[in-house]
Parts: sequence; structure tokens; C-alpha cells
Amino acid sequence: MTDTLTPALTALVAQPDEDAPRATSLFRFATAGSVDDGKSTLVGRLLHDAKAILADQLEQIERTSRERGFGHGTGFDFALLTDGLRAEREQGITIDVAYRYFSTGERSFVLADCPGHVQYTRNMVTGSTTADAVVVLVDARHGVLEQTRRHLAVVALLGVPHLVVAVNKIDLLGFDEDAFRRVEADALAAAAALGIPGTHVIPVSALEGDNVVERSARTPWYDGPALLDLLGSLPAAAELAPEAEPFRLPVQLVIRPQGGLAPDLAADPDAVAALRDHRALAGRVASGRIAVGDAVRVEPGGHVTRVTGIRVAGEPADEAIAPQSVSLSLADDVDAARGAHVVAVSHRVEPVREFEAELFQLDRRTLRIGDRVLVKHGTAAVPAIIAAVTAMRDLDTFELVDADRLEANEIGRVRLRLAAELPVEPYAVSREAGSFLVIEPADGATLAAGIVLPAP
Amino acid sequence: MTASITEASASAGASTRLDALDLLEAEAIHIIREVVAEFERPVLLFSGGKDSVVVLHLAAKAFRPGRVPFPVLHVDTGHNFPEVLAFRDETVERLGVRLEVARVQDYLDDGRLAERADGTRNPLQTRPLLDAIAAGRHDAVFGGARRDEDKARAKERIISLRDEFGAWDPRNQRPELWSLYNGRHTPGQHVRAFPISNWTELDVWRYLEREQIPLPPLYFAHERDVFRRDGMWRAVGDSSLPRPDETVERKRVRYRTVGDLSCTGAVESDAADLAAIVREVAASTITERGATRADDRLSEAAMEDRKKDGYF
Repeated sequence: MTDTLTPALTALVAQPDEDAPRATSLFRFATAGSVDDGKSTLVGRLLHDAKAILADQLEQIERTSRERGFGHGTGFDFALLTDGLRAEREQGITIDVAYRYFSTGERSFVLADCPGHVQYTRNMVTGSTTADAVVVLVDARHGVLEQTRRHLAVVALLGVPHLVVAVNKIDLLGFDEDAFRRVEADALAAAAALGIPGTHVIPVSALEGDNVVERSARTPWYDGPALLDLLGSLPAAAELAPEAEPFRLPVQLVIRPQGGLAPDLAADPDAVAALRDHRALAGRVASGRIAVGDAVRVEPGGHVTRVTGIRVAGEPADEAIAPQSVSLSLADDVDAARGAHVVAVSHRVEPVREFEAELFQLDRRTLRIGDRVLVKHGTAAVPAIIAAVTAMRDLDTFELVDADRLEANEIGRVRLRLAAELPVEPYAVSREAGSFLVIEPADGATLAAGIVLPAP
Repeated sequence: MTASITEASASAGASTRLDALDLLEAEAIHIIREVVAEFERPVLLFSGGKDSVVVLHLAAKAFRPGRVPFPVLHVDTGHNFPEVLAFRDETVERLGVRLEVARVQDYLDDGRLAERADGTRNPLQTRPLLDAIAAGRHDAVFGGARRDEDKARAKERIISLRDEFGAWDPRNQRPELWSLYNGRHTPGQHVRAFPISNWTELDVWRYLEREQIPLPPLYFAHERDVFRRDGMWRAVGDSSLPRPDETVERKRVRYRTVGDLSCTGAVESDAADLAAIVREVAASTITERGATRADDRLSEAAMEDRKKDGYF
């Protein structure tokens, strides 16, 4: 936490462009790495250089830096931007994922800043499940370490669309190309071994700002984009042709207003007559596209029917795409409640009572064969039993090794037996249909994050 | 099954790409529906401030053509702007929702709470809030808090478990994975739910503009008698009077946040409509809390401490 900067404070005050075009897309990314890699400095630098830090925040940081003896005069500690809580400041640690927001002209960013040294699996999994990209920090002097491999393995298992490896502190190596190329080759090899497509490796100096927001003149041998430009150009998951996937909608609840119409509609006799028998299945489109007239199947049960009406965010519409929040009226009065799935009629899903999964054990408690848990999948929560623990990941090599239990922060494979059928699909096929939580029924704690494996 | 007969059959434009506001709206509606589906007695904290106005608007959309299936709760400090109270009452009437009010004044009158030396009543809201949650047996409490507001809020979950004292334990939060929210709780516990966690101040203003959502008039530039205190313009009112050394001036101002009179400052502004406010906020170099909230200037950890005690 000793990375400090000493530019004049006035030069740091954000000067947003009043005429900047409006943000039109949303991009979520997570940063992984430890304080030693300079992650706090990188995040602080990114926020600052993207002009996301406003004058009163800078003033507060400068005051705190001075009170704690950091920096001299105008110097301050960028890490202070990202360690929020008093307990953290007192202990000099970061205890939880922190969310940051900034925007360039064209894109709004949601940054999940994941602390790397304590409970790294828990934090990184939390930050990565919704991420469009993960930025993994590597110290250029140390190269790809075991911790880097673990970060990459989590990225691979969670199927994050994009991986960016930021090789930091390149200034401490005199911006040496050979040093960077060695780390780059190792990172690309490690990513390839895990089956991660499209990995980007960038030489940066978070402390001095090289290749963070602006391309650096000190790395003429690097012809790729600066980090922020890269994050601005990668397609978000929502932009990666989600419509090409089959339609899936987990039903959250049934909207059946009967007498309780919204007051503006209740005042309109025609609306009252038209909506007398209104009944619609509300949920968020998990994947694909749906249009009025489309044939759908409701699982469990397999009932085939047709969509007669769609509302997007409450207003009538002809069609909807993922990830819009919608409600669907169906031609038949299908007995569908919360937990049911509406899917494209051409999409075959076989609801199962038993399946194999990879679990990230996030709770302090140990998970053992025979444990009774709840599985929350989509909008359904069903009792389940850990029928078997078949393997766990060696935390250094990430190879599967024999195991009969999962301890905190471990990743391993289990077989789950369910009290009721669930329409699960392999995570590799669908992030939405292949993800679930393992919950402790007694106190409601989230024990593990699970991803469904293909049937053997 | 013929819902669209009397309403304009405007296509939601599914064939065009969804923008950031579309995605934030979809996420918020999903969260609101999850909470309504999984909890017995949700309630929405509604102050008439812009963030709670947006959450109530999203709730109305989430259940349309039905009405919002839960009441709203206002903690009245007794120092509220009269314009905001009037707006509050009009809004619940327009949307057909039930209003519950917890009054700080009742607690001061019977001695359960005592006025603070600095006259600020914001910190006094916690007790009436927790009592109202218990009395209404509310197991889920929606709020309009955003993670960009404050360093402590940056670590808050979308669905955040509270014990029976309403306390937030940042070291013991549930991991939040995919869009699978785990709201399971034991008797006595409740959750706070923040559907617009991922929105920024600018997102809120852009959405208010896009949806043309009514707001209290305080948010728009108007002439007002104000005096300077703690680097902010403070309104002259029953609970906010200038000291002898403070001079009253007539200024054109507006509010970026609407708290109570005794701790919320105005900013000088000519922004008289939503489009002008969007431009002003986009060009601002100061955060809304830094600009206008005395309660957050008390200390660096002011928000963290209030949250641990059960504040919003």
C-alpha cells in the first residue's frame, strides 16, 4: 500500500466533457490480483485517468493520506480509493468485493474489484460470475505465479467471455520488451492450457499510467491498445448475439391483477374489460428471443403452447430478447408457477433428478457426502443431497485429484441428487441454465457456487 | 389474453440493441420481482427523493398491468420539505399504493429519542425505521441506495441480510453470484434490497428524463432564501434558521439530493428541467453527497457507522 503519486492535486480533478455522447452500452469486468501486484494502484489509476474521481473524493483522499503520513504535500495513496471500510483501513486489508462505476463516452463500466490475498476463490468467483471480462494482474518481475494460474483457472471454469492479463510494473524493468515477451508467452500458454479463447496481454505501469488509459511512448514495441481502450472495444456478453441461443425464461411469478389493476388502467373501462382475465408469466429472458405467436414449451411438464402477448418492462411489445424483464401471456392456461421454465419449443431440455457439477466451496464449512442442502437454480429452490464427492482441484496444478469432501476455498466435483426435477443444462452451453447455488437449509447461508457439467 | 387492445402497441424495439439504461432497468425489475416472489411482506422505503422515486417507478413497471403489490414506508424526520411531503402523497395516490409513516417527532415527544446538539435528525431515523419494520413484520425492505454513493455502499450486496437489530455486517456478507439472489433468512432477520445498486447518479437522471418521471419541484432550479453554512447553501425554514453571523440571500438553486431541511444543502443552478439537469450532472466535478449532505461530512466512516446501526 505504499504506491504513492505526487502530481499536483489540481491537475487530478476530473474535468468531464459536457458534450460527451451518452453511454450506450454496459460492460462489467472484474480485477483480480493482490496488493503486491499493484492492483489497488491500477484500479485507482483507471478510475482517475477515466475521470471518474471527483474533486471532493480526491480532497478526502489527500486529507486521509496526509493524516496517515502517506505522501508529502500533495502526494496521496491511490489504494485509498478502493479500501472503503474502517476495519479494512485499520488492518490494511481488503475484505470484500467493491463495486466501482465509471464511464467513457460510449460505454458505462461496472468494475468488481476483487481482493486477491484472502479468500481469493470466494471473492473472485463473486466478482466474475457476471463479468464480461476479468483483468488479471501479474507483477512483471515475478511473472506467472501459482496464484495467477488459479485466477486463470477460475476464469476458465466460469466461462468469462474475455481474459486480459495486465503485466504491471514494467517500468521497474526499464520497459524491457524481452521481459514482457517472456511473461506474455507464459500467460498465453497457461490460458491456452485451460482452454481460454482470446486472451489479451498488456504491458502496463499502474503507478506511472503507461498503457492504462493512454498508449505509452515508452513501450514502442507493443502495438496493442491501452487497457481502457481494450475494455471499451470488447463485446459484452449481452452483445455476443444472445439471440442466437434458444429462448429460455425462468418464471419468477405470475401476474394476475384481477381487481388490482394499476390506477390509470382501472380508470379506463376498455382496459378493465380487456384485462379482466389477464394472466402472465413474469421473468427475465435468460437467453434468446421470443415473439408473439411463437410456440413454447413449459418445463417441468412439457406442455406445448403459444405466446399470445408480451410485455417488456410492463408495456405491450411484439418481441423481446435476453436479458429483458418481461411477462408472457400464453394461449393455454398452463399450470406454471415460480420455478418453471418456458423454453423454445425446438429446444429439448430433459429435466433431471441427478447431475454432476463443479462446486466452488465458498463457506467456511466443509461439504461432505450425504449433506442435505438446497439447490437454487433459476427461480427454483429444491432440496438436494450430496450423493458423491468425486474429485477436487489441486490448488497448485489445478489437476483433479481424489477427494471425499470440499473445504473452504476448494473447487471440486460432486454428484447431486434432487428432491424434484430441474431443467439444468451444462454451463458450457448456457451460463444461465447451468449455474446454481448450494444453500445450507438451517441458516440460509450460501455454501457453494455450482456449475453443471455435461452428463457423462 | 388480449392485453394490448387499449394500449398503444408500441414495440419495445427488441431488434435494436439494448443500451445501458435498458439493461439496468431489466436488472432492477428482475430484483424487485425476486423479492416479491420470495418474501411475505416487502415494503419500500420512500422519501420522495429521486432514487426512491425511480425504484417505485420500476416496481410499477414490474407488475403492470397490476398495481405495486407492497406498501411504501416513509420515515418522517419532522424536518422534511413541505413540497416533498406533498409530492409523496400525490405519488402514492397516483400509483395506488399504501403509505406507512414512521415519525421521528413522535419519538422526540415521548422521550424515546432526544434532539441532537447539532439539530440534525438524519441519524435519529434509524430507531423509528427499525420499529416500523418490526411492527409491519416486513421481511424485506427495498431501498434506493446506489453503490456509487459512498465507499461503504460500494461493498453492499443487492440483497443484504440484516439481523434483528438491523445491523449490517460487512465481514459476513453472502457472496452474490450470477443473478441468483439468496434471500433466505431466519425469524427476526430481514433483508434490505437495493434494485438500483448498479446505477450511478447520472444513470438515475437519464432514466428520469427518458421516462419523464415526476419529481418534487425542489430538484429544479428555483428562487429561494438561503444562507451559507459548512460550504453549502442551506434553505431557510422552521427547522433551519441562520445564526446571527449568517446572512440570508436570495439565490437561484436546486437540490441534488432531498434529505431533511436541517442537513441537506442546495447548489446554485439554472437547470430547470430534466434535460438541463442531465447536462449539469454529467459536467459536475463534485459528488452529490459531497456537495449537499452535511451528515456525510461528519467523518470519513459516517455512512459505514450508520449502516452498521441499521440505517438504510
